[in-house]
Amino acid sequence: MSAKPKAPTRQALTGSRIRERRMSLGLKQSDLAGAVEISASYLNLIEHNKRRIGGKLLLDLARALKVEPARLTEGMDATLSDMLKAAANDGARSFGPKPETARIDELAGRFPGWTGLIAEQRKRIAALEAAVEGLQDRMGHDPVLAGAMHEVLSTVAAIRSTSDILVAEPDLDANWRGRFHRNLHEEAERLSTSATALLAHFEGLGRQKGGVQTPQELIEAGFDAVGHHFPQIETGGAGAIPDVLDSMEMLTDLGARDLAEARLRLYADDAQRLPLAPFLEMAAEHDFDPQPLLPMAGGDVALVLRRLANLPAGGAEAVPEFGLAVCDAAGALVFRRRINAFSIPRFGPGCALWPLYHAFSRPMVPEAANLEVPEGGLFRAWAVSQPTRSAGFGTAPVVEATMLVRALEDGQAPDQSPVPVGPGCQLCPRETCPARRAGSVLT
Amino acid sequence: MGSRVLLVEDEVNIFEALNFLLTRDGWEVSGHANGSTALEEIARCRPDILVLDMMLPGRSGLDILRDLRALAEWKDLPVLMLTAKGQSKDRDQALALGANAYLTKPFSNTEVVETLRNLAGSAHPAAS
Repeated sequence: MSAKPKAPTRQALTGSRIRERRMSLGLKQSDLAGAVEISASYLNLIEHNKRRIGGKLLLDLARALKVEPARLTEGMDATLSDMLKAAANDGARSFGPKPETARIDELAGRFPGWTGLIAEQRKRIAALEAAVEGLQDRMGHDPVLAGAMHEVLSTVAAIRSTSDILVAEPDLDANWRGRFHRNLHEEAERLSTSATALLAHFEGLGRQKGGVQTPQELIEAGFDAVGHHFPQIETGGAGAIPDVLDSMEMLTDLGARDLAEARLRLYADDAQRLPLAPFLEMAAEHDFDPQPLLPMAGGDVALVLRRLANLPAGGAEAVPEFGLAVCDAAGALVFRRRINAFSIPRFGPGCALWPLYHAFSRPMVPEAANLEVPEGGLFRAWAVSQPTRSAGFGTAPVVEATMLVRALEDGQAPDQSPVPVGPGCQLCPRETCPARRAGSVLT
Repeated sequence: MGSRVLLVEDEVNIFEALNFLLTRDGWEVSGHANGSTALEEIARCRPDILVLDMMLPGRSGLDILRDLRALAEWKDLPVLMLTAKGQSKDRDQALALGANAYLTKPFSNTEVVETLRNLAGSAHPAAS
């Protein structure tokens, strides 16, 4: 049996990205080589991934190619990559060859606009599918709709029975005929009214759903828009929540507004327990490591993880970018803060090997692990599962797991071997993963 | 005197059409429109067959059927259920509670007449 050729890693494709970018700008190899003061033959080796580069040369090449250096070394972010892979494998295709999923990086490098469009359409399709699913569920349990349908069908039944009699009984007594004609007229009027009401109800449902997004997505969009940091609540506490909600224009769904309010109340409570200024100062002093911050929170690990994810970006403290995932005891992701290179799926479960899920096996015990994503990126993750409120005697506690994720910086050696993880089985290329429970759309 | 059918149906014009239709077929027809007093009306009217709407003001047809079948006197009364809900779970629930037949609105007049004839058997007016 022959071994399967190993696919080049994301970082190994730096040369390919340089070549794609150069070609998309219409530059000759010799022109670019001259601009960065290297020989054309050396650039040729780089472009064919036969020489690894970094440092000043990478910066010079990025400048000459008018892109961010990270774009050349990392390619597109993992979420975008996953969405393209999912789009390539969505459903049955009726024409054309199979999409070249192994060349997604090349596609993104050469045609960033088209790539973004494909990803955006994939996102929209997934959101529409979720909205349709939600509407189907709602239609099955909507008492207003059930009542309106009963009204329409009862009216149609009366019209059908009455008109059948009028047709089947040509010699009907004039009194009966007159009564049935009146009844038909009444029922026709009633049908007109109930059908109009039914249509209005459907239109109302459409407006409430806000088109295509689930309540959870709307909330996350609201949090993403402000970098998951709310200065009004930091200073004004829970009293500022109504104003914050009013400012989140995307909360067109009443269910989303209620969920957002609950999430903001938790934020306000967290901010009261760990006020921003001393927490930020202490976090910066310890390089934003959760461990030394636990005493400040009385040992409440989830509180520390949430507060780190809510710190303001862009200040003098250089707060790193944090990702956050919260799931309930059923494994459903109930809140996400995504970061570029660590893909957290929009729908369905994440990777069973994430500490997020492992934390459920040892409630109240903090977990920390280094994670390696399929593209080669390294991350540090901290997780814990703990009750969201105190349980009473005879009352089962409601338990949630919280996981904070942060990218390990280049050259930063992990203190323990990284766990190979993925974005969830459907989008994970690790075919032999022991935790695989479903096939991947990537194979 | 013909065999008696009691129509428990709150839609006036459906009742009027069925009343005409079944009277023509030889039945002695009575009507009742309130779910909460339907059992008392059954006891008073003592029908040979019952046509029972699923959605009624006061009490649902399913609740009435459940209580009816708990009474030894009415456990064998033929019951035809009518409903505007076409969902299979409603039909299954009605049959599980002891309905003898089930028609979904909008039904045809022929369906109603034929179903009642089949349910009534020897109790049908034409058989006597």
